[in-house]
Amino acid sequence: MTEHVNFHFEIDGENFTSAGEASVRIKKNLREMGFSPEIIRRVSVAMYEGEINMVIHANGGTADVDIYCDRIEIVLSDRGPGISNIELAMQEGYSTAPENVRSLGFGAGMGLPNMKRYTDDMKIESKVGEGTTISMTVWV
Amino acid sequence: MSHNKHSVTLDISKCKGCTNCIKRCPTEAIRVRDGHAVIKEDRCIDCGECIRVCPYQAKKATYDKFEDFSHYRYKIAIPAPALYGQFEDLEDVDEVLTALLQCGFDAVFEVSRAAELVTEYTRRYMKKLDIEKPVISSACPAIVRLIAMRFPYLKDNLLPLLPPIEYAARLARREAQESHPDLTDDDICVLFISPCPAKVSYVRNPLGVEKSAVSGTLAIHDFYFRIRSKRKEITTPLPLSQTGIIGLNWASSGGESTSLLSDKYLAADGIENCIHVLDEIENGTLHNLEFVELNACIGGCVGGTLNVENPFIAKARLRSLRKYLPISRNHAEISEQIPNDLFLTSDLEVDASSKLSEDRMTAITKMAAIEQIYRTLPHLDCGSCGAPSCHALAEDIVKGEASETDCLIQLREHFEKQEPNV
Repeated sequence: MTEHVNFHFEIDGENFTSAGEASVRIKKNLREMGFSPEIIRRVSVAMYEGEINMVIHANGGTADVDIYCDRIEIVLSDRGPGISNIELAMQEGYSTAPENVRSLGFGAGMGLPNMKRYTDDMKIESKVGEGTTISMTVWV
Repeated sequence: MSHNKHSVTLDISKCKGCTNCIKRCPTEAIRVRDGHAVIKEDRCIDCGECIRVCPYQAKKATYDKFEDFSHYRYKIAIPAPALYGQFEDLEDVDEVLTALLQCGFDAVFEVSRAAELVTEYTRRYMKKLDIEKPVISSACPAIVRLIAMRFPYLKDNLLPLLPPIEYAARLARREAQESHPDLTDDDICVLFISPCPAKVSYVRNPLGVEKSAVSGTLAIHDFYFRIRSKRKEITTPLPLSQTGIIGLNWASSGGESTSLLSDKYLAADGIENCIHVLDEIENGTLHNLEFVELNACIGGCVGGTLNVENPFIAKARLRSLRKYLPISRNHAEISEQIPNDLFLTSDLEVDASSKLSEDRMTAITKMAAIEQIYRTLPHLDCGSCGAPSCHALAEDIVKGEASETDCLIQLREHFEKQEPNV
């Protein structure tokens, strides 16, 4: 038996209006695999926030979701500007999102805090000028 | 009467096996097998999209016939408000209601009356503190089934009150027995005059209640001509209607939510739009919303496939009919909060048919197999294999319902490799 299944997504930074589609795909897949609604919600919200972040700040990136029996691992990777002060970025309400996306309701400074809230484990690796990789785990 | 619990069915003799319906079905419930469409019963939500799109009229809605109920002593019509929008020169709802009596009904009870009461109780429900917001309307049965199948997490957001059709049937029975004390419940039949197949299925297989108080469902387009010919004979219509603006507004998208007198609402219509909104609610990205009204048909109930008239024309006619009507003519008792018998009694069963396996390990293995097969498919989503998309074919193959040779593109490549000179 295959122990896990991987889903790889290229998040298109040019196409703001399609941001969030990987999250919808993962949601459907998790449902078909019989995960509980609570787990599905946590994973899809964390994914969604991550996707939006990559599109707003980093001109896109990649998302890898590995689904195991007991956990779901999400790795979001981009080659964007990086986060200079992670502690500050993690504060609720802190945002560097540009004005044009705020009009759509984004940029409330809740992206990273929500990702942390909805996952059991979250690790941010970021280098200014090189990019950011965020790894999250949701235990079932 | 059909024993099939679904209203939407296929007439095999008319089906050419084209791909129109499989591509349009929002729950991917249709496949083409052996040259004709096959509806997966456990996935169909009776939204009627396939009926709309089929160029050969092979998809149709089944419904009941008035004559099937002739053995009942007392017959009550409960017309959907969408019915009034079907007649071009209607000046007063009473003309239609009187014509219904002439058609052989003993009484009429407008569903819009119950809708006005449901509106008042919904306002009371919205004030409760311990409820999931946004509250999602449970009036459209196609949407309720869609939520059970694709959005199980939003189950608790559904308004747990009887939909107007059910409440109307109960009130109609009560009213009949009050005016005719000799009638037993078994003497009475309540027939809904329906704009859509989803309501036909609701009556056969109700949601939220054990058994519906509605006895059967007639189609608006089937009964329309009888009403029309009887209408011509009427000189003085009886003063039967007891509906106001709010009740009539329920026929179109936005009618239910605007009557809640709060601007924190969203009203979406058309099944694809509704799915999009539900995705957003599930993602938690819609803020500050109190109420969400979703109608599977474009325009709301006036857009149902059992109507005669174009939804926008029907909506315009309803707008002129409601002119000079009171806001609402049905009011809930002030003393009571929400009566207990207005709450849904049975839990909505979350549908498990979309699960790959009950065992998670098996499900993960199957999902990995689906992804592997999917990668080998041409990603054209042409539909010629009979599945709506390459991904759906990959799922079908893993479920054992299709094989890789069903893909014509792959078959051709395979053939070309074997005989390069042909």
